Amino acid sequence: MADPYPTYDVLAKRDSASWDDTTRAVVDRRLSLKVPEGVLSDTQLATLRMVKARVCPDPEGRPPTTTLAMVVQRIEEDSTEGFRHHELPRTSDAWRRGLDAIEAEAQLRFGSPFADLDGGQADAVLRSIEDGDVRAPEWESLPPSTFWTWRVIPDLVSCHWSQPSLWSAMGFGGPASPRGYVRIAENRRDPWEALEERSTSPTGWPRHHVR
Amino acid sequence: MSAEAQAPRALNGQAPDVFTPGGWVPMREYGEEEVDFLIVGTGAGGGTLACKLAEAGFSVVAMDAGAYWRPLEDFASDEHEQGKLYWNDDRIVDGDNPLKLGANNSGKAVGGSTVHYMMVSLRFRPEWFKSRSKLGYGVDWPLDWREMWTYYREVEEALSISGPVTYPWGPKRPRYPYRAHPLNGPARYLVEGAEKLGIQWTETPIATLSAPRGKAHPCVYRGFCMAGCSTNAKQSALNTWLPRALSAGAEIRDLAMAGRIESREGRVTGVHYRREGEWRFQKAKNVVVAGYAVETPRLLLNSASPECPDGLANSSGLVGKNLMVHLNQSVFGRTQDDARFYKAPPSLAVSEHWNYEDAGKDYHGGWCYMPPGPLAASWARLVAGKGLWGQDLLDEMHRYNNAVGLKMVGEVLPYERNQVTLTDQADEYGLPVPRITFSYGENEQAMIRHALGFMDQALDVVGITDRWQNPDETAHLLGTARMGSDPATSVVDADCRSWDIPNLWICDGSVFPTSGGVNPSLTIQAIACRTGDRIAELARRGEL
Ligand SMILES: Cc1cc2nc3c(=O)[nH]c(=O)nc-3n(C[C@H](O)[C@H](O)[C@H](O)COP(=O)(O)OP(=O)(O)OC[C@H]3O[C@@H](n4cnc5c(N)ncnc54)[C@H](O)[C@@H]3O)c2cc1C
Ligand code: SF4
Repeated sequence: MADPYPTYDVLAKRDSASWDDTTRAVVDRRLSLKVPEGVLSDTQLATLRMVKARVCPDPEGRPPTTTLAMVVQRIEEDSTEGFRHHELPRTSDAWRRGLDAIEAEAQLRFGSPFADLDGGQADAVLRSIEDGDVRAPEWESLPPSTFWTWRVIPDLVSCHWSQPSLWSAMGFGGPASPRGYVRIAENRRDPWEALEERSTSPTGWPRHHVR
Repeated sequence: MSAEAQAPRALNGQAPDVFTPGGWVPMREYGEEEVDFLIVGTGAGGGTLACKLAEAGFSVVAMDAGAYWRPLEDFASDEHEQGKLYWNDDRIVDGDNPLKLGANNSGKAVGGSTVHYMMVSLRFRPEWFKSRSKLGYGVDWPLDWREMWTYYREVEEALSISGPVTYPWGPKRPRYPYRAHPLNGPARYLVEGAEKLGIQWTETPIATLSAPRGKAHPCVYRGFCMAGCSTNAKQSALNTWLPRALSAGAEIRDLAMAGRIESREGRVTGVHYRREGEWRFQKAKNVVVAGYAVETPRLLLNSASPECPDGLANSSGLVGKNLMVHLNQSVFGRTQDDARFYKAPPSLAVSEHWNYEDAGKDYHGGWCYMPPGPLAASWARLVAGKGLWGQDLLDEMHRYNNAVGLKMVGEVLPYERNQVTLTDQADEYGLPVPRITFSYGENEQAMIRHALGFMDQALDVVGITDRWQNPDETAHLLGTARMGSDPATSVVDADCRSWDIPNLWICDGSVFPTSGGVNPSLTIQAIACRTGDRIAELARRGEL
């Protein structure tokens, strides 16, 4: 599906009343994040890069994201988020074991490093993890579908949708402080919100509510 | 950043002024001298009680493991950054339905979870206080709803709750102190759906200002409530009860983690806590535990001694047991409208119909429903929960502004098997990591079925298409140190005083014997107000 908001860029509001200094500093820091070195082995990092590309691709025509760097940072800091599934080790351990197991699974199925697989093959490996239908012995100490739903997806998705490019592509207002919104009912839009480009006017639009 | 790496702010006779960037307010300090009340936790329960007790003239120290934020300068408009408000310490979850904690339901800050709560401020249905005798399930509370009605009012006034002029359900209540907020798009679908289905709805009583109050500005509808309110419109313990507590002479200690309560000869004597990288001891005539329903039992269990080998206040064996949450399942779908649920506090309209209507249910208890308003990352996690990833996820995310939904807050029954216990793993303070075990029962499954079906219909009748259900969310934590009338089957009495140790009190969500079908913060604060009054009364009578 094409980007519905091609002319909208959350970052264009950076110097407006929608952003305060605190937020500017936080987002600037995020956008300048580099992948921390020495946290993962070269193979682990290449595997993670590919997992990220398949699960959370960058939207076309938007500035690149720092999602990968954010995830590696999580691994480096061994961040906890206040709950850990009893079958999983801590963040850092879970990711390291998981990346090794993904690599082993790729070697077993396709005789190739995961990072060198084509998109379809990589997706097949990832789907086998999601479904818990794996073969590599590396999974013995890490339940694959629990790893997928409790670690891989939430970590990647949370970091990816912390990226301005993704906010722009979904038409999300992004930071909103000190200025919030004035027009909050449906089909009302403040001038600083995303304008959607629709080829045809959708049926029944705009609607008028009874109240 | 770990708590150990941060520096406390409430020191040297001053505490942060939450209303002024870089500002300070004077704070009394007690040093290590014995105080009348030491309160562990400064959220809905502890923060409220600190205010009440200080205003009643007691010497009070209230400590919190979390930081003392100034919302105007410390809160970014950013979901990820604001993860600093959550209780992110390691906790192990198991059972058939392992709970997602952290961002979802546990705060760690001066002000507790109210710093990132959604502000929905509903009263209990009166019958719930006697749900065993009047409705045939759960257990009775030792409290009378008429008395609670007056304490609810006290809290509503203290928080300047915005709400409707007349409330459609339950016994008469006065109009809310501040006028209701205008409805955003998602709330207007709820309204239209309820009207088409012939049930009542109302503007949600909500703890965000619809007009200025003191130094706090009205809500600007920025929608980042769960990430902390950077305008102070949100009425949290941080900017309501605690400033009052400070001016009445309470001391607040931020970044102070209580690890063990000391006890001797049937009484508690004080608390070992960690601040600025070292363990210290604060003496107190009374200790109040208000750490919310995981940390409260954890602290009590970790304070076991030769006299109390199973943990403090635990002669009933119920400390940590009967953990309850609220069912928080939702239905989402697509509208042709531009709905944009990132604007305004979510949940501006509510229907409590199924809290007050019992006919036709094949389960016990009640539930209400309201519209959710997930921001980018929260929405992405929800959508990914459907099993979408890759280009499919990206495509679905493009439709964010056309998504709307309804979300339940449903009563969970107390089961002893749902509980908090200690593991032999240690956390960053060297304290045992807690294990939280949770499974739904048949009653919960039946309620979820009914609620999801009903909410699906309520979206269908207003033309929402491509509907899907999120069958797996929970919210809030309750019940691990329940109040009651019998020491054999409860941990504290109606005054939140532990049966076993007369100078040990528990005042937070843990004391709920049943959960009711509404968000709990108003009830927690009402109980804390009552407890404050009762303690003052007991002191007058020489019964402390
Ligand atoms: C995202 C979210 C949305 C919510 N929305 C609503 C809503 O709309 N309406 C509603 O009514 N409720 C809502 N709630 C729930 C409400 O915030 C809580 O039920 C309420 O704050 C609980 O009060 P409490 O006093 O029991 O605990 P808390 O408010 O959580 O306070 C406990 C405090 O104790 C501290 N603490 C714990 N252990 C220790 C220790 N050992 N040493 C020192 N300090 C300690 C913690 O750091 C914390 O600050 C929401 C909660 C969340 C997380
Ligand atoms: S919507 Fe209102 S209450 Fe919520 S964060 Fe914004 S100003 Fe605060």
